[in-house]
Amino acid sequence: MSLQRTSLRLQTIKKAVAAAAIGFSFAASATAFADDAKTQYFPLATFRVGAYASSGIPVWAGVIDYFRYINEVEGGINGIKLVWDECETNWEVEKGVECYERVKAGKNGSPVPIFLPHGDPISKALTEKAAADKIPLVTIAYGRTEAIDGRVFPYSFPTVFSFWSEASSAINFIAEKAGGKDKLKGLKIATVYHDSPYGKETQVPLALLAKTYGFEDIEIPVPHPGNDQSAQWAKIRQLKPDWVFLRGWGVMTPVAIKTAAKVGFPVDHVIGGIWSGSEEDVRPAGAVAKGYLAITPFPAGSNFEIHQKLKKYILDKGLSDLKDIKSFGSVYYNAGVDEAIIAVEAIRTAQAHFGVHPINGEEAQWGLEHLDLSEKRLAEIGATGLEQPLKLSAKDHEGGGAGKVLQWDGEKWNVVSSGWVKSDRELLLPLIYERAAAYAKEKGIALRDATN
Amino acid sequence: MTSISLAEVADFAPVSAPAGPRSRVRIALAIAAFAVLAGVPLVADDYWLNAILIPFLILSLAGLGLNLLMGYAGQASLGTGGLMSVGAYATYNLLLRLPQLPLPVSLVLGGVIAGLVGLAAGLLSLRVKGFYLVASTLATQFFLEWLFNQFGWFSNYSTSSSISAPRLAIFGHDLSSPAGRYLLTLSTVAIVTAVAIRLVQSQTGRTWMAIRDMDTAASVIGIPVASGKLKAFFVSSLGIGIAGALWAFAYLGTVDARSFNLDRSFEVMFIIILGGLGSIVGNYLGAAFMILLPILLDHVVSGLFAGAIDPGQLENFQKALFGGLIIWFLIKEPNGLAASLSRWKPWLARRTAP
Repeated sequence: MSLQRTSLRLQTIKKAVAAAAIGFSFAASATAFADDAKTQYFPLATFRVGAYASSGIPVWAGVIDYFRYINEVEGGINGIKLVWDECETNWEVEKGVECYERVKAGKNGSPVPIFLPHGDPISKALTEKAAADKIPLVTIAYGRTEAIDGRVFPYSFPTVFSFWSEASSAINFIAEKAGGKDKLKGLKIATVYHDSPYGKETQVPLALLAKTYGFEDIEIPVPHPGNDQSAQWAKIRQLKPDWVFLRGWGVMTPVAIKTAAKVGFPVDHVIGGIWSGSEEDVRPAGAVAKGYLAITPFPAGSNFEIHQKLKKYILDKGLSDLKDIKSFGSVYYNAGVDEAIIAVEAIRTAQAHFGVHPINGEEAQWGLEHLDLSEKRLAEIGATGLEQPLKLSAKDHEGGGAGKVLQWDGEKWNVVSSGWVKSDRELLLPLIYERAAAYAKEKGIALRDATN
Repeated sequence: MTSISLAEVADFAPVSAPAGPRSRVRIALAIAAFAVLAGVPLVADDYWLNAILIPFLILSLAGLGLNLLMGYAGQASLGTGGLMSVGAYATYNLLLRLPQLPLPVSLVLGGVIAGLVGLAAGLLSLRVKGFYLVASTLATQFFLEWLFNQFGWFSNYSTSSSISAPRLAIFGHDLSSPAGRYLLTLSTVAIVTAVAIRLVQSQTGRTWMAIRDMDTAASVIGIPVASGKLKAFFVSSLGIGIAGALWAFAYLGTVDARSFNLDRSFEVMFIIILGGLGSIVGNYLGAAFMILLPILLDHVVSGLFAGAIDPGQLENFQKALFGGLIIWFLIKEPNGLAASLSRWKPWLARRTAP
């Protein structure tokens, strides 16, 4: 280390100690250098320790690698470079709220455009706080389903693929396999779910779909954490469903796959949900996981065009945040890339309207509601096939609503559905609006005008 | 802080303390302290209110509730999280289904319902003691968690069985801003603290301490042990229930049954062990230790080493440091922070005396 750097380091330490001694002005970081606003601040709430760290680490690697790519190769978003720092949440609500409050004022004069809560309970606790602070929360494939109605939830964006769409797309994939939606009649579809608020989210849409298409909806809860599921799978053996839809979380998924194999239920008729469909979910199940299916908005793979660029400019130059290069192109890594693409494109959309400068939450909210990721734009980014076309509006904060079905071949995931499997959004949306209206009534929220 | 000046009364005053000039001074001091704390929103930003002061006050209140039961009456319980959820869900349903009730009434009634549930759970304390009682309160914890997750009625059939705060308002004043939520929390905590101080000085408090110190001896000299234990369960659960409702509505805004899991019960128990069993002020000190210290560590450590060390390693290092501090502290001060405070007090008095 050079002398200069050592003295710099010493100075920093001295400064930090002095700051600490003055009495820990916690918000100090937010005030200094108000004029140095040529960068876009983008705080990241991460969980690198705790029970779910292993699934989180590849996600931020995806986000950070894409941000670095934007900075290094494209010179920022229209010249505005991204800067970020991390705040550890442990996936706990209280720490998530603390992180949000810590970063929400921005940094060095650069405002917060979008906050990614990375945790279902955290996103729910922040719903109202973020609306009051005018900072959009983007929760891809989790979060409150009713928040699709942006008239009631102006600052919540459960973008791309809600749990309701997940359920509907899974049913539509079954229909695809059976040879048409009319063939669903009389089928038995069992949902094995994590007995938690997250797990129960799909009960309402599945009941509606069962009524519409005439299949039998069987709901089987698994108590947290799901280490032992012999009772649930014994029941499945007895009921003999045609398909099992598995909505697990953490250790529940590999245990379910192993138990299914043990009771002789064909694993290639088990469809995992979004959070049961990563490499981390199937590898622990070992060889019996071969043939297992999963529906996801984040198709795995490292052959997409954007991955070639990331490999060339980031990974090969040693700039990647990935510790384990094997995770490059995994479901969770690609989830991070997806998230980053949406954030960057929303900022770009906002810049086109408000001018090229660091975007604040209110402007980013406009940017999100006018986001239009067409096939053409996706091709320019190099995300064709990785990301579905997405068009958001004030009345529709989800936009996409389709997933791809992957199959595990023992080594990696392969896409087995014919492209994106769309959900029956036209069937589900009225019910979602109804629930959002009930929420608005309970809270006394006046509906926002959706015509802007 | 309100409680500090009042707590001394709690610890040292005789059962029927006459309102002498000394205690008048203390009451005046307490009121002054409350006024200062109520003025905090004028200077503090959202970060201090939302992320530090509100959870600190609420966990102090939960600690106070548990301390009445465990520190004063000697009945250990791990049902704190479950009883907090009863308070939260009961208040939510009262606000939702009986909107004509004002917020303070719903809050108190929610606490009373939690108190009744706690009373029912406490019935077992008439038969079992010590670790066996802890095991039975553990059952209460798991049962309540299951109940609110299982039956949609409690959460008004929300898709995710989570409840979210209805509009917080008292007599038309909107309390949904951070300052409003802070003031609601502060006033509630101040009132419950004042009541608790009166209570532990009263006949009831003396009964609890007699039961704690030796229940056989207490019953021999004619102290009603059974009713004393049940009273302790009721009052303790009432305080915990109010803390749960505040946690749901004044702090997080949205909760589900899992926000009040066993970890929460342990957290509150650690607060009172670190703060001091059988002390009112100890709850505040313990909550400060548990809430503020990790945040402080995070700020200091990330300020010093940001960028230099891998963030995951840094986080693990903080956890180890916090754990080490707890162990060091318990070795140095097995009776909790309140004991240290009472030792420093004469020293402070000498220093500040003219």
